[in-house]
Amino acid sequence: MLIKQLSVFLENKSGRLTEVTKTLGDLDINISALSIADTTEYGILRMILTDPDKGYKALKEKGFSVRLTDVLCIATPHTPGALAKALDILSKNGISVEYMYAFEVGQKALVVIKTADNQKTIDTIVAHKNEMELINADEICQI
Amino acid sequence: MIWNEFNECMSREEMRNLQSERLCETVERVYHNVPFYRKKMQEIGLEPGDIRGIEDLNKLPFTTKKDLRDNYPFGLFAVPISEVMRVHASSGTTGKPTVVGYSRKDIATWSEVVARCLCAAGVKKKDIIQIAYGYGLFTGGLGLHYGSEKVGATVIPISGGNTKKQIQIMIDLKSTVLACTPSYALYLAEAIEEMGIDPKELSLRVGIFGAEPWTEEMRKEIERKLHLKAIDIFGLSEIIGPGVSCECEMQNGLHIHEDHFIPETIDPDSLNSVSEGETGELVFTTVTKEALPLIRYRTGDLTVLNHKTCQCGRTLTRMEKCKGRSDDMLIIRGVNIFPSQIESVLLNMGETKPHYLLIVDRINNLDTLEVWVEVDEIFFSDEIKRLESLSAKIKHQIESTLGISVKVKLVEPKTIERSEGKSKRVIDKRKL
Repeated sequence: MLIKQLSVFLENKSGRLTEVTKTLGDLDINISALSIADTTEYGILRMILTDPDKGYKALKEKGFSVRLTDVLCIATPHTPGALAKALDILSKNGISVEYMYAFEVGQKALVVIKTADNQKTIDTIVAHKNEMELINADEICQI
Repeated sequence: MIWNEFNECMSREEMRNLQSERLCETVERVYHNVPFYRKKMQEIGLEPGDIRGIEDLNKLPFTTKKDLRDNYPFGLFAVPISEVMRVHASSGTTGKPTVVGYSRKDIATWSEVVARCLCAAGVKKKDIIQIAYGYGLFTGGLGLHYGSEKVGATVIPISGGNTKKQIQIMIDLKSTVLACTPSYALYLAEAIEEMGIDPKELSLRVGIFGAEPWTEEMRKEIERKLHLKAIDIFGLSEIIGPGVSCECEMQNGLHIHEDHFIPETIDPDSLNSVSEGETGELVFTTVTKEALPLIRYRTGDLTVLNHKTCQCGRTLTRMEKCKGRSDDMLIIRGVNIFPSQIESVLLNMGETKPHYLLIVDRINNLDTLEVWVEVDEIFFSDEIKRLESLSAKIKHQIESTLGISVKVKLVEPKTIERSEGKSKRVIDKRKL
């Protein structure tokens, strides 16, 4: 259920993102999802990879500050209002979102989400099967 | 004009005799009154009688800032606390300040040497002196204050900061002398310019600037912008405060009041004296101070001594403007800072490795300090708010230790150069 997300600390200077993506590409690691949170001086690159452990090791060897974090991936119907409905359920169950990023795949919308309490989030999603479902790592990578 | 012609213009021989006499008396006194000095002398088998004159000065052991710290707060005082009239303090490297003390006579000595400085700078009884050095534990404000009163000038004890008020007072009260740090003088000059005031409309004539390193280029700029003669004054609280030495109107070296503070210049590695004309670390032995006499105190400042008589008539040894430091101490906005202070803050926090770099710059005439900290595995979080709160915490801890504001910048690991020997911890862009 839990998905390993690889986060990388990046200073705002040219070429850093290229270095990361090239390192992963050379090792035949595919990026299934990616987002960057940016501040004026640095950014945090967050990625879902086909092989997060290999990616972690490779970037660490290159001297990057990296971290593997457990996140969840939720699938909702790709229709207007579906995300709002899902978030409303989480919110009513006292789950706050630290950050999230989303993308659509055909009929579905996939949302990578980090909350303060993964287990509680899983339980809530499982209890609301009609509105959303959990996607596991293999599934994301196969899409 | 010369304030104390007898002492400021005596022949080299007369000066050496006076220094010898005062040195012997001082050594005798510290040996009996300060256990620290007695122990240090006994360790090398030295007795007060072995010091017969200034030619024996180099037999005495050195004293350092660390000795003052180790004996915090009053351990090196040579008089009981009942005889101490005042204390001052400078920022310390481990959170604790360096405390210095003054007897009634010391305050009189201090006033005397500052009066000499002001007189050498051309300040007279009819002058109105605006003292914009900080008043308080820092020696700048009160040091200049007592000297100005001794000269008989009119003192405006405005202290530091509050630029608008400074300019208002300067215009309304027609200040003729400005005493502050050189960087603040430039800051004031620009503020005056921005307000559309012609510096010629001000009444300023003389500037007494010190407490931080500055260049000849800065002097020219200050003189042009404020329309005054900029005089360099030097001092350190351990020795007495401002007034240890000062330029005369020739602006060609700072006259050291060596009848009170005997100067030497040494090679900071071999600790041997350097020859006249060579750069060395400035060392002072105080020979009239009662509360806190210091024997061969290593200032860390690098300079060149010149014993030739000045065109002004003073025979006092002159030192060049300080050329830098023999240690890694930085002077930022008049505050003494050692990189090790920042290192210990980072180590104490335990959340980051002590890989840091200090970037010192002067922007709009004010010194800035940026601290680069590497974000390592333990430190790194996938959440921005965690990184931000950690960097805010580092900023707060460093600021409360140093007493000046800093900017913290998070950088990638290995950004900061590693080296086997002394790693480069500081980049000073101020071109001093």
